[in-house]
Amino acid sequence: MLEIKNLHASVDGKEILRGINLTVNAGEVHAIMGPNGAGKSTLSNVLAGRDGYEITQGEVIYKGENLLDFEPEERAQRGVFLAFQYPVEIPGVSNIYLLKAALNAVRKYQGLDELDAIDFLTLVRSKMELVKMDEQFLHRSVNEGFSGGEKKRNEILQMALLEPSLAILDETDSGLDIDALKIVSEGVNALRSQERSIIMITHYQRLLDYIVPDFVHVLSKGQIVKSGDKELAKELEKTGYSWVDEQPEGVSA
Amino acid sequence: MAEQKQQIEEFVPKEYSAGFITDIEADSLPAGLSEDIVRQISQIKGEPEFLLEWRLQAYRHWLTMATPEWAHVHYPEINYQDISYYSAPKKKTDGPKSLDEVDPELLRTYEKLGVPLDERARLAGVAVDAVFDSVSVANTFQDKLAEQGILFMPFSKAVHEHPELIKQYLGSVVPYKDNYYAALNSAVFSDGSFVYIPKGVRCPMELSTYFRINAANTGQFERTLIIADDDSYVSYLEGCTAPMRDENQLHAAVVELVAMDRAQIKYSTVQNWYPGDENGKGGIYNFVTKRAACRGESSKVSWTQVETGSAITWKYPSVVLQGDNSVGEFYSVAVTNNMQQADTGTKMIHLGKNTSSTVISKGISAGRSQNAYRGLVRVGPNADNARNYTECDSLLMGDKSAAHTFPYIEVKNPTAKVEHEASTSKISEDQLFYCKQRGLDLEDAVSMIVNGFCKQVIRELPMEFAVEAQNLLGLSLEGSVG
Ligand SMILES: Nc1ncnc2c1ncn2[C@@H]1O[C@H](COP(=O)(O)OP(=O)(O)OP(=O)(O)O)[C@@H](O)[C@H]1O
Ligand SMILES: [Mg+2]
Repeated sequence: MLEIKNLHASVDGKEILRGINLTVNAGEVHAIMGPNGAGKSTLSNVLAGRDGYEITQGEVIYKGENLLDFEPEERAQRGVFLAFQYPVEIPGVSNIYLLKAALNAVRKYQGLDELDAIDFLTLVRSKMELVKMDEQFLHRSVNEGFSGGEKKRNEILQMALLEPSLAILDETDSGLDIDALKIVSEGVNALRSQERSIIMITHYQRLLDYIVPDFVHVLSKGQIVKSGDKELAKELEKTGYSWVDEQPEGVSA
Repeated sequence: MAEQKQQIEEFVPKEYSAGFITDIEADSLPAGLSEDIVRQISQIKGEPEFLLEWRLQAYRHWLTMATPEWAHVHYPEINYQDISYYSAPKKKTDGPKSLDEVDPELLRTYEKLGVPLDERARLAGVAVDAVFDSVSVANTFQDKLAEQGILFMPFSKAVHEHPELIKQYLGSVVPYKDNYYAALNSAVFSDGSFVYIPKGVRCPMELSTYFRINAANTGQFERTLIIADDDSYVSYLEGCTAPMRDENQLHAAVVELVAMDRAQIKYSTVQNWYPGDENGKGGIYNFVTKRAACRGESSKVSWTQVETGSAITWKYPSVVLQGDNSVGEFYSVAVTNNMQQADTGTKMIHLGKNTSSTVISKGISAGRSQNAYRGLVRVGPNADNARNYTECDSLLMGDKSAAHTFPYIEVKNPTAKVEHEASTSKISEDQLFYCKQRGLDLEDAVSMIVNGFCKQVIRELPMEFAVEAQNLLGLSLEGSVG
């Protein structure tokens, strides 16, 4: 599905990703943890194709193609989805309008017809059920006035609707109360499948109790310094990240 | 990604789709302006004496006036002797009585523009008056409307059939002395639409006029007069296009609205005159005076405009709130791209008691364009409890465009409440990236965000116009994010 090889990226000449190597196979869930400022959001932005990052070395192969050659919307149409750490507000644009435009863009790439209004509404309603969102959110402006938790749920709603092949969830659990965390996790778990890979960025081992990952990686100073299974997250919960500084540079387990 | 930026800058904008020229024989007056030309226009139209006199007075007054310089727009001086003041498609008889008699070439023109003049119009439920250069070429539904006593016809026809109404109302809202272009229009106006809604009648369909400039070196000087008698209602739509030509063309219209007791007029414009090319060559100079008089108590006038075209727009649809409890509204979207210039806004003149006005203005500037909002709120000494709310938002795209706001507030009554809010923002990279990450391409993302920004205005438009306006907003901003 995804193969990141020796990826280096910088912003304004400052190197932030310093040689990332990561392979994600179809059906796998990978958790990425690491201290603030380690480069986790940068990695997800680079994968999604955000402007402003210079790729100085390395490559990213996604479904056999060079992902970095594509525009952000082409990546999205090919099944790369990023649930944002800070979803933006778009005043005046209703949520349902964006959802429909997004779904139709992806369907168009897949050579499918646009859904008509009734089929679309039926589909959206079933997905809203999944994340237990009230229908009024369809008619509100995108993320405008949404609480932090509502914004995160809205991201998962979009993911459920678009059914991506590779979903990158950037701190989707931050700001969620216990009930919302459960709902969002159930939503994500329902989307786990043999064809879909998920990269979850989180600070909390708690999330991993609900969405059990196949692999856990620690990202520090732009490199993956340790990888393991879900036990690694539990270990981190006890020890924190102070030990990572003691590791020699460039080590990855 | 620098690569992407470049791609955006190289993006070739879609051609102005209304930019074709209709090959049709025309009767035109030679270029130039004089008393003689004014007399000839009046004579061609077989006008009554009072109208000729009025034109001549306007012309003589115009000669004494100077071009207004205060607007935030720049253009080379216009030579009024280079312009032809009358052009009409050649016709065999006195003008078409029914659509069958309209030149098929003209019908095809309007079809290309998506304006339904034929049977489909019946289905669309919109009565259309189509003005081609200086004359009205087709007017649908007149008979059906006449059953209810509604008059909807070319201005030049109304002059013959209802001279008393013309005499009473022409120039009663916009006197010919009002301003330079109003004086010019009063002298040489050729055609336009006339609407009269009788007492207590709710006009059962949208009335629509479609203006098109075709002939080269011709100015269009249309005159529209709408009178809504006591307790009546009308919704009127106006659309405009012109061919792509390298020379600038002048469009100086005057629109007068009169609302009597408890009458309501909703006037919507989608203005898409040719804006010129990306270097500022060609395009329409759109110098228009639009004003409404809320003469009766509890009357209401609502202007909604979506202005995407023209090289220069100079236009301030205004409401004079004379009647007690009368209401004025102005909803505007003005988009400028490339080298376009717009200086637009409104005047709300509160004279009656308990009058209220709302102004929502959305300016979007892209390319190297200049976009100014200019608005006046005046509260007279007798206008107890006048209320005004003004919201004025600007959206900038790229870093070479500019937005300006010139609010003027004059309050002579201590009970007035006047509120003004203004904001300027840039279309944000975060919003664009968010949309692109959901699969939308740049153009769709821009169009969606801009439409969201303009929502308060778009939703005031009648349904069929709203869709057209939304598409236009997207089209006129293509290639403008960099
Ligand atoms: N556009 C930018 N300009 C300057 N510095 C940037 C930019 N984007 C990221 N950085 C820097 O890169 C580093 C990594 O940031 P990033 O957001 O990827 O961290 P993170 O691992 O997601 O942190 P957190 O856990 O706090 O979300 C930080 O030091 C940040 O300040
Ligand atoms: Mg982050």
